[in-house]
Order: sequence, then C-alpha cells, then structure tokens
Amino acid sequence: MTDDDDLEKLRASLKARTPAPGPAAKAEALRLAMENFDRHQESSKAARPMSDRPGQAGSLTGVAKVLSKLTTRPALAATASVAAISVGLLIWPELQRDLTLPKPRPTAVTETGPTKTKVAAGKALQPEQDGRASQEMSAADADTPPVVAPADDTRDNDILPQLQEAAPPAPVRPSSRSLERSESADAALAGAESPANEVVQPAPSGAVVGYAPTEAEMAPPPEPDTEAYANADTNPVKIAGEEPVSTFSIDTDTASWSVIRSSLTNGYLPPAEAVRIEEMVNYFPYDYAAPDTGEAPFRASVSLVPTPWNKDTQLLRIGIQGEMPALDDRPPLDLVFLIDTSGSMEDANKLPLLKQSFRLMLGQLRPEDKVAIVTYAGSAGLVLEPTAASDQNAILSALDRLDAGGSTAGQEGLQQAYETAENMAADGRIGRILLATDGDFNVGIYDPEDLKDFIAAKRDSGVYLSVLGFGRGNLDDATMQALAQNGNGTAAYIDTLSEAQKVLVDQLSGALFPIADDVKIQIEFNPAAVAEYRLIGYETRALAREDFNNDKVDAGEIGAGHQVTALYEITPVGSPAQLSDPLRYAAAPEAEGDASELGFLKLRYKTPGAQTSKLIETPIPANPGDADIDARFAAAIAGMGQLLSEPKYLGDWGWDDAIALANGAKGKDEFGYRSEAVQLMRLAQSLSR
Amino acid sequence: METPDEALAAAAAAGDSNAFAALLSRHYDRMFGLAFRLTGSRAEAEDLTQDICLALPAKLGSYRQAARFSTWLYRVTVNAAHDRRRRAATHARAAGGWGDWEINRRAGIAEAAAAEDWLGETMQRLSPELRDTVALTLGEELSQKETAEVLGVSEGTVAWRMSEVKKRLREAARAEGML
Repeated sequence: MTDDDDLEKLRASLKARTPAPGPAAKAEALRLAMENFDRHQESSKAARPMSDRPGQAGSLTGVAKVLSKLTTRPALAATASVAAISVGLLIWPELQRDLTLPKPRPTAVTETGPTKTKVAAGKALQPEQDGRASQEMSAADADTPPVVAPADDTRDNDILPQLQEAAPPAPVRPSSRSLERSESADAALAGAESPANEVVQPAPSGAVVGYAPTEAEMAPPPEPDTEAYANADTNPVKIAGEEPVSTFSIDTDTASWSVIRSSLTNGYLPPAEAVRIEEMVNYFPYDYAAPDTGEAPFRASVSLVPTPWNKDTQLLRIGIQGEMPALDDRPPLDLVFLIDTSGSMEDANKLPLLKQSFRLMLGQLRPEDKVAIVTYAGSAGLVLEPTAASDQNAILSALDRLDAGGSTAGQEGLQQAYETAENMAADGRIGRILLATDGDFNVGIYDPEDLKDFIAAKRDSGVYLSVLGFGRGNLDDATMQALAQNGNGTAAYIDTLSEAQKVLVDQLSGALFPIADDVKIQIEFNPAAVAEYRLIGYETRALAREDFNNDKVDAGEIGAGHQVTALYEITPVGSPAQLSDPLRYAAAPEAEGDASELGFLKLRYKTPGAQTSKLIETPIPANPGDADIDARFAAAIAGMGQLLSEPKYLGDWGWDDAIALANGAKGKDEFGYRSEAVQLMRLAQSLSR
Repeated sequence: METPDEALAAAAAAGDSNAFAALLSRHYDRMFGLAFRLTGSRAEAEDLTQDICLALPAKLGSYRQAARFSTWLYRVTVNAAHDRRRRAATHARAAGGWGDWEINRRAGIAEAAAAEDWLGETMQRLSPELRDTVALTLGEELSQKETAEVLGVSEGTVAWRMSEVKKRLREAARAEGML
C-alpha cells in the first residue's frame, strides 16, 4: 500500500462520511443570523465572537439533534414512547417561545416540562437539554442564584429577563481571582457542554445543575471585565533579629502606573490588586549617579532619609542607575512585532494606538536595524518579512494593512515570532520580540503553564520578549507580567500616545538594550541597628534567601539607562515606632556588634548572555540624612501606592500630605511626569471621598 | 451570472440584508462540511456553524477583500473550531475536580467514540494541527497554498504536515497489519 493510497482512502472517507447539514439546524442558524444581521445594522458595536453555544438559539437545533440521534443510531432502540416524548419536547420549547410574560411561568409547564425531560433523559437526552430543563427550575425557584453575565444585546434570549430578576447582577469588576472563577464556572459547565452521547446519565446534584446551565443557556457574554492582575499580599513588617535577610529581584516594569492612571482618568479608583508600588515608583526618572566607565554596568546608591508618614522610622532608598552605553555604537536590533489583531483590538485605544506608537518608534531605529511583523488571530502569520528599518515605507504600509478582525487563536503566533527572531539572529545583534496585545494570549499555546515553559525555554536562545499592553477590559496583567518576566523582558502598559512616546521613544534604548540580566538584591540587616523593616512593594518579585546565589533562578533585567528604586521602611532599635514587643519566653536574639552599619547590600547580576553572575557588595551606613528631591518624590509615590492599596502603615498620613510632598518635589520634571502624578493624586483623593 | 461572493460580502457589510442572506445560504453547507471534518461530530458541527452564522454580521466588517471570501470564511471557521477545542480542553481539565464519576463517564465516551470506525480512529490519531490540515486539503480539496493561507502558516508547513500525516497513516496501517 503506498502513501497516496492512504491519503486517497482518507480523502474518500472524509467525503463520504460528512453528513449533509440538518435542514432544521440550517434553517434555524440562517434565521438567527438574519436577526443578528438586522440587529447589527442598528448597533454596529461588534460583539466579540465567542465559541460558546448561543443561548436560546438552540432550542430547535437541540430537538433536531435528539431526533437525528434517534434516527441515525439504530443501536439505540427508539421505542414509540421515546418518540412521543420527543414530539412533546418539540412542542414544549415552542410553547415557551410564545410565553411573553417572563414570570411567573404557569406551574403546569414548569412542573411537567422538566419531569418529561427527565424521563427522556433515561434514554436519549442531550446533556444540554437536561441543563436547560434544570435551569428552568432553578430560575423559577430562585434558590441557587446563578452567576449571570451581563446580557448580550445581540442575542435573542427570552429567558433572560426572568433570569435577571432571579439572579444578582454580575459584578462589574471581578476579583483578581477571575481565573479561578472562570475555571469553576468551566467545571460546572463541563457537564452541560460535554459532547452529546447516548450514555445514560445520572442527574448530577441539584446545585451543580442549577449553576451549570447559566452560561450555556445565556448568550455568549459580551466580554465582561476579565482583567486579571499579578498581585501578592503586601509585604509585612519583619523583625530584623528573626529574619535579617531580605531578597528580591529588581523590576523595571512600569505597567502598574499606567493602569492606575488609566483607571483614575476614567473616573474610578484602581482595584487594589492593580497597585504594584515598585512599578509606580520606577515609572519616574530620577537623578542617580551614573556608573563609572569600566565598572559594573550599573551603580547602586543608598541613602537613609526620614519617613514622611512616620517620624520615628526611616526610609532606606536603594537607587540603581544603569549605564547609558554610547548610543552611536549600539548593536543593531532585530525586532519582531508580534501583534494581536483579534476582533477585540478594534477599539481606538488598541490597534490604532498601537500603530501610531510603532510609527513613533520607527523614527528611533537605525538603517541597520531590522523589523519583522507577525500577527496572530485572523490574518496571516508573518505579514512583514524581516525588513531593514531604512525601508520605512514597507514597514509603515505593513502596519497600515493590519486589521482587527479574525476571531481568535491565530495559530503558532508566538512560535512563529520566535522562529522569525531566531532566523534573523546574527552575531552582534540583539533580538527582541515586542508582543502587543489587549490581553488575549491565544498565541497558539493554550495552557498558560505550557506558555510559560515555552518562553522560559526560548529565553535561552537569547531572544528577549517584551510585552506592551493596550486597552482595558480584558487586560491580562497577570499573564503579561508572567510572560515578560519569563521572557527576560519588560511589561509596559500603553494607554495614551504620550505613554507610547515615553516607552518607545524617550526610553527606547532602555526598553531594547539590556545591560544586566537576572539582577537580584539581597540585604542583610544589622539587628543591632534595625529593629524592624519592611520592603515597600516588590511583592511579586520576592525571592527565597537561597535563590540569591543560585544562578539558575531567573530575575529582572536592567536596560540601558534604566533606573530602579527600592524602598525599605526601617524602624531603628529603640524607636517608639516598633510594632512588635519582645518575646517573654524566648531569649531575644543577641544584638551584637557595631550599630554604625545598618546592613549589608549585595547585588548579583549577569552580563547579558553570560551564565554566571557577578557580585557587588557594599555596607549601608546608619547615618540618616536629609531627603533629596528624588527621595521625597519617590516617598510620595510610595505613599500614594499604599493609599491605593493597603494604608495600614501610614497612620493619619493621607492624600493631602502625599500631594504636598509630591508638589514640593517636582524638580525639573522635563517631561511633566511628576506634575501628572500630582494631578492623579488629586483625582484619587476626590474619588476616594 | 452569479454575483461573486466578494461583491455580496461588500454589499452585506454595507447593510444589504438580501446580500447577506444569499451569502449565507450559499456557504452554509460548505461551512458545515468543514466544521464536521474539523470536529468529527455532527452536533458539534451544527453548533459551530450556528455560532459562526451568528457572529458573521459583526465580523463581515473586518473582511477586507484581500483574500477570497471563501478563504476568509474557512479561516473564520477554523479559528472558531480552535476556540471551541480550547474551551473543551479547559472543561476537560476542570472536570478533573468532578471525581471518579465524571472520569469514568468520560472514559466511556472516549471508548465508544474510538470504536466508531476507521475514519474517526484515524482522525483521532492525528494532532489537532494535522487534523485541520487534513480537513482542508483532503476534505475541502484546497491547494497547499490555500490551506496555508487559511491556517496562517507557511506553505512549507502545510507540506510538512501532510508528509507527517502520510507517515502516521503508514504507521497505523503497519500496526493493523501486525494484528
């Protein structure tokens, strides 16, 4: 048997075995499509296409399916009684359709409907049909309020009004655990959506069924707010005598600040989970001393200043300044834009903003740089072959041709981007993928864990991955963070063209040229000088103490000219601000030694591409000084972050103090970022009243 | 002479409901056929086709005559099938929490489906990517170039996948011969 025979056999049986579509299903689908078409003409607000079965749409199809099962499966002994019930089923949904009064439903119908269905379930019932019946009951009884997604106005659904009465409205802003929530919904749905089969099914317990059908029954939800944030509990106060060592990875992301800004300017307080203080503080440029040439690629300066919100504690600021390599001899870049063109990117603040942003950035590239564009969803994969940046026309017209459309999972988007980047790679060039998305990471790998593994494996190929977030609504901040952290890149959130200007023009070199990889910070506090300490922010970047010396453990990168600031609030020994009392039964750890050193700072980093890390060590003197402008401003932003998330350490210190502090520390503020921050603090103050 | 699809699509996007109706009835069977070949189940295929029909009015706006309408529609269908498959995978994973009852039930289904016939068995043996490629090249008899366009991969990838399919078929045939 030759290969072609095999293929021929497959071809023939594919042809032969494909059934003709059921006329009822076809008629129903066409009718509903026409209704949708008319509705679409009225409101052209595109519903995001979802694959879930639309709600009421299926009542006839369902019946048709039951009937077709009965006829096409001779193995199933279709007795006359089952057929009779099927006819009953056929009439029943039609009956419902005519019931224009949503509630109360005539008892006879509610009672007999499900009962009949149950009988049928014994033989040949579709799970979906079962789900529907049970839902009728739960909606009528309203004992298990289902979680109802907001109604999709483009679907017809005559059960909807009834459900909305019975059920609480869906939360507008779901918790940060939206992932878990949707998984539990999926779990509940699993029964309702499992493929039709003739296996006799015991009815699952009432609660589950009552919950399950809602989503199957409801039309596909019109993309409720499904933002997910990377977040961890606020760092607690630690006692230096018990836990003197604090370890974390640096973080040069700024996405959190932009998300907060976009929330505030839209008139609502950001969810506390969206607040990552280190990213807020690091958003702003500071004037730190640059490293001397020939030394480490960055320089850490340490200062100890009074805490604005507590006169009895001190703020330890660690400021890291990355070197600014001479830009003239920077290595050429290979950039792969991986652009999400799914339907949801249509909004003005997504794909159009993205195009404008990349246009701004093109002006920063050199003739020897290369650009390729890969899209995912809908349109074809590689839309622009690697092209020299000097050929601006080709790049711009490729950008212009991008359309938000196509339903979703463009296959192999990420794989293709990496492939392209690897093909472009050559000695002395830096490869980077810029993933631009609104949060739909349907990049061809479905499992988030697989996705992380894939990126972590690709990280070793030397290609960096940065993530640019656009638009709100289903911004998947958590995945963005995970991708960028695993892909040795940064995550930024672009909400306005001026933000694009900052990220892609003013700080482009930092965003694109890594100068140090896997930068970790470890501080050992001296219990003789420090009673308590807490790290402000960096919750999602905490590392285990032993990971500091383990070069296998990934950490954050520093780009050219980047600045990173970390703040500790320190309670000196003997300060009345100490929160913990000494123990009665255990001997207090002996606070030995010299109190002139506050602690010992250790930094580890790898030069880009290197496998082993280098170590920088320096003692931190315990002599507090006056806060310079940068320290005051950083403190004001850290205060703002705490006010927006967890203000328990701030005491009476409030928005007025934060505003006054920031206002007095604006400095030169060339780009106006600090003035903008003050504006946002005012907004937040008004909103939180 | 029949109005070309592309003209109908343009008219429908501009709000002509007759054009939309004509377009749909012209393509419904084809969408269903592909949906069946992608999913292997009549019920799934009907659902999927209906989903696509429902979403089409909104999606038509994004059809830019760059590709032939039928190619575009194939792409929409394949993407919708991917979505569905992905969801099904999530559901299957989530169902882990349902305990043995659910696992046994699912195992039962899987066995029943596997035993169905040679076609089902063969298609099931292929990975989703290969199955899509087979559905388009053999089922819809698209050229490798057209298939590549629909799937958003390179022509080389399609060719490679088809040779992979042949390899699988040969392995399967050998396995049967040994029995």
